[in-house]
This record gives sequence, C-alpha cells and structure tokens, in this order.
Amino acid sequence: MTIYIPTPLRPYAAGNDALEVQAGTVSGALDELTRTFPDLRKHLFTEEGKLRAFVNVYLNDEDVRYLPERDATAVSTTDTLSIVPSIAGGY
Amino acid sequence: MLRVTRTVYDAMRAHGEETYPHECCGALLGRAAEDGWQIEAVVKAGNTRTDSAHNRYQIAPAELVKIEREARSRGLSIGGFYHSHPDHPAQWSTTDFAEAHWLGCSYVITAVEQGKAAITNSFLLAGVTEEDKRFESEDIEVIETTEPANESLAAPIESKKA
Repeated sequence: MTIYIPTPLRPYAAGNDALEVQAGTVSGALDELTRTFPDLRKHLFTEEGKLRAFVNVYLNDEDVRYLPERDATAVSTTDTLSIVPSIAGGY
Repeated sequence: MLRVTRTVYDAMRAHGEETYPHECCGALLGRAAEDGWQIEAVVKAGNTRTDSAHNRYQIAPAELVKIEREARSRGLSIGGFYHSHPDHPAQWSTTDFAEAHWLGCSYVITAVEQGKAAITNSFLLAGVTEEDKRFESEDIEVIETTEPANESLAAPIESKKA
C-alpha cells in the first residue's frame, strides 16, 4: 500500500512524499513505516505508543479512528494511507 | 521569507472579507525554496468551527486529505495555511500556537477590520518537534503575475465528532 507523508514529516522520511509498504493492517503499515524511518515514531506516537491526538490517519477517505476495527483494519496493496496533522486555531 | 503570487495574496485576503465576521481558512500550495516557501496556489477550505466561527477555525481532516491529493496532482506541496482574524490583530494567538502542528510551514493571518482586509502577516512554524516549536515572523513577498487565477475550492466536509 501507499503511505502519503505530510510536508512536516518528510525530513524524517528521507524527503519522500509517498512510500510503498507491505502490510496486512493499518497498524502494520505504520509499524513498517516507523521501522524503516525510526525518527518518524516520536512525531506520530506518544511515549505510550498511542497516536498523537493531532495526527489524523486516513485509510483512503476514511478516518481510521471511526473504522469498526480502527488500526486493526485490513489493508490491500491498492489502499492508501494519508497521515494528516490537524489544522486549527483562532484568537 | 514567504513568496506568494499576487493572485494568491489577493485570494487569501478576499476570502477573509467574504466570510467576515467569521474566520476564513485555507491551504497554500507551493514549493520549498532555500529561504522559505514559494506559494503558487490557494485552496479555500470550509471552517468546521461553526460553534464559534467568529474567533475559531478548523479545517476538517478529510478536507485536508483532499487538499493534499490536489497538491500532489499539481506537483506541489502544502507549504502553509491561512486564516483571518475578524476585528482582531494579525498576530498569532495562544490558540493558534497550541493548534499549530505543521512544522516548517507558514501560517498566514489577515486582520479583517469591519469587513475589509487590513494587515496580513506570516509566521513560520519553526523547530523540529512539538516540544521546541515556535512561531517566527517572516516577510511576505508578493510576486506580480499576469497569469489567470490559480485558485480552487475544496468542497467543505462536515467533520465527524468523537
């Protein structure tokens, strides 16, 4: 499957904006990604290993948090995973 | 230094006037240069903070996914975001800072006073981690161009709630 890397994380993924990984589930894909690029881990996960609150992960067009099996959802080679930090603010 | 085309600059400011007295928001697509981003296109986004749109903004993650897809299709990257401060200075706030996570990207703020765009400022989110991030004021260079408007509107998406 293809994982799309957002602009702020590309320096920790050798400058890549997209990467191909072999995995059976969403969590497996993220594990594979952070095994290949360990510096990404602290940007994606808390010390407890949970996805940081401001990091959104989309399997194709679906927020993984709202999928019935969440990050245990099975993936295929044609799926895409988008990592998208949140954007908000105001005064 | 943030470089934007005249079209992009005018589109950001016009969007702030359109949505006044609510905050507008959107993404800036461009290319990274040695000394900052060169922005070539602007994508307007919907503000999902309808509960407090006069002083808060949020872009739905699903819309961001679409914006990223559009950037890739144009051979560009998301280099920053913009929003407006209706009747409030064009300075970042504690909320802006707390909610800023796109390290290395530019955050542009336009003050809109009584419906008219006033000062526009840009702040680079510098640092390498959430723990050492900081906003740095950066100059905006507006590049005059005769090219047609390079602007699009991503369909606003209603965000899901936990």
